[in-house]
Amino acid sequence: MNEGLLFPPLPHRIESRAPAAARDISLQQFVRHATVTKDTGRVDACRAAFGERYDNLRRHAGAIKSHTLDHLDEYLERFEAAATRAGATVHWAADAASANRICLDIAKRINAKVCVKSKSMATEETRLLPELEAAGVKTIETDLGEFIVQLDGDAPSHIVTPMIHKNRASVARAFVRDLGAPYTEDPGELTMIARAHMRKLFERADLGISGGNFLIAETGSLVICTNEGNADLTVSLPPVHVALVGIEKLIPAMEHLPIFLKLLARSATAQPLTIYTTCVTGPARSAGQGSSADVDGPRELHIVLLDNGRSELLRAPTRELLRCIRCGACLNACPVYKAVGGGHAYGSVYSGPIGATITPHLKGLHNYPDLATASSLCGACFHACPVHIDLPAQLIALREEAARRHLNPAPERVTMKLWRWIMQSPARYRIASGLARFVLSRLDGVDIPLPGPLGAWTSCRTTPRPGAIDFRAWWNERQRTKANCGRPASDRGRA
Amino acid sequence: MAATLVLERLGCRVHFPTAQTCCGQPMFNTGHHADAAVLARRWIHVFEGFDAIITPSGSCAAMMKVHAPEMLRDDPEYATRAKVAAGKTYEFVEFLSRVLRVDLAGMGARHDSSATIHPACHLRELGLMDEPAGVLAQIKGLELHPLPSRDECCGFGGAFSVKHPAISGKMVENKVASVASTRSDALVCSDAGCAMNIDGACRKRGVRQRIISAPELIAESLGLLEREPLP
Ligand code: SF4
Repeated sequence: MNEGLLFPPLPHRIESRAPAAARDISLQQFVRHATVTKDTGRVDACRAAFGERYDNLRRHAGAIKSHTLDHLDEYLERFEAAATRAGATVHWAADAASANRICLDIAKRINAKVCVKSKSMATEETRLLPELEAAGVKTIETDLGEFIVQLDGDAPSHIVTPMIHKNRASVARAFVRDLGAPYTEDPGELTMIARAHMRKLFERADLGISGGNFLIAETGSLVICTNEGNADLTVSLPPVHVALVGIEKLIPAMEHLPIFLKLLARSATAQPLTIYTTCVTGPARSAGQGSSADVDGPRELHIVLLDNGRSELLRAPTRELLRCIRCGACLNACPVYKAVGGGHAYGSVYSGPIGATITPHLKGLHNYPDLATASSLCGACFHACPVHIDLPAQLIALREEAARRHLNPAPERVTMKLWRWIMQSPARYRIASGLARFVLSRLDGVDIPLPGPLGAWTSCRTTPRPGAIDFRAWWNERQRTKANCGRPASDRGRA
Repeated sequence: MAATLVLERLGCRVHFPTAQTCCGQPMFNTGHHADAAVLARRWIHVFEGFDAIITPSGSCAAMMKVHAPEMLRDDPEYATRAKVAAGKTYEFVEFLSRVLRVDLAGMGARHDSSATIHPACHLRELGLMDEPAGVLAQIKGLELHPLPSRDECCGFGGAFSVKHPAISGKMVENKVASVASTRSDALVCSDAGCAMNIDGACRKRGVRQRIISAPELIAESLGLLEREPLP
């Protein structure tokens, strides 16, 4: 995998990758087409299913998550007890290194040679795959998108649709090159090629690794949602399964699952439900005579609960970020994500609005100094989020922290102080706006490069044109004439 | 000016407190909250005496209706005053449709032209995205064209546009393309910032596009303003 894409040298600036991505016409087309389709699909699917109730529903889902996070310690213990009762082994990983160590120890103990992996952002976050490979465990991504990304030595650029930055032709090329398949761009045929290749590996695999979409405290269950069924196979075919799951994935009980399943599938892919919803409670149990007990599943089931900075986010102002169910709707809705051609510009496993808000917390604001400023605060993400996370407010809070720690540019601090000083007095305001008016009307919307930071404006626009009429002058004149002859002056122009 | 003329025509007594300056949104958005609070308090002081506070700019409306009460919630002197002022602050079109419940057609509004609408993102926060279309549809003769990806931001975002020119530039480029695809006589824009941004980008690309505000279009349709020639 191209490690540098998601793990660049720090500090990383989105501006270091944005201009090239903005100029890449095919990248822009792929990402724009995919995100616009998904975004409109989401809006239609939610409207059709929930209508007017949608906003209440997402607030309710957010409240369930918030409640769980407010009592996370208790629910985690409940989960551990229930999962253990069901026969699973629960591990606690404070950080990425300990999570990977737990997985590698298991792989070593069972002498694993081939590992099949279903999609998991947590394993991307801990960079588990390269460590497994280094330990001699051949690891195959079985999610089709992740598989292509793996073949191409690329990196995922969307949390739900990892190859959003590629098209079918690049899949076809990868299959010809690495699998010796005939060239085809037919989606059905491509799927069959991948399937034939993967089935063989599933049969040979001695270890399965997955993430998880939800953990149910009451029953100790792991819930995985996919559209390809690869998670089912990853869980049930290899003798040993390890699920690496963030601690924020907990929900209290089975009765809370449906609302999330409904919201997740519609928000992520505009489906009423994902094609497969896999619910795993403990490993396979031997069926006694006449017993209906579950004989499917792995011999050993390990659930690794990953913290890796999450408990830091439990502080009140950022706690709501942990409500995220990784549906990707905020990425699809985001005009910045589109403009930078998808996730790679963010230089982080998590991209888009949710990435811009959690990455600086998880990896240090000084390491990602311009992620929070790279937003017009248009609010499309907040509007799209199925658990009602106020992402723009989180971005503003990060900017506030940057301003407090003087991580923002000095000219900005000076400008803001100056602005405040001017705006505190109507007289100063009049002088300043008169001056701006004078200069801008002389320039009158010309296309010239201005010096300094203003050059950023004129790189893609002409200078601003002031309105044809100075409103205050008009108003004052009118008040005067009104007082004199009791009727409004003739009116013309722009205010 | 257009807003004043339309409101007066609708029977309102319009005041313009000349002591007003800025609501503090630029500081709020860049995280300079102490500076923003100074201006927000000043704003409340200047405006709280009126029955209704109308702003033709969506972003100022959002600042005063949503963010100021939030920002000043622990201010002993201003917390309640901010809430009260927020409760009577309206975006211009919102005031027309939800408070005055105007019937422009009944008033003889007519505008023989075509328009497409870019509702500024701040209307999203206020739940008013469909409001401008609802009101402008009352104007006879006005052909409203749907704007592709209507709800997508134009890329202005204040300081954002100068801090991230590549990103902001790409966003406004997308917006200009979608506006041009509608071939409308006018683009109606609910925020001065968006208008300035889109206008500058259109001119840079040699796209001739008339950009006006909803009050201007309404004033023209009621014969309160003459139609301006194309840019
Ligand atoms: S922040 Fe909200 S919209 Fe974005 S991925 Fe998470 S749940 Fe989905």
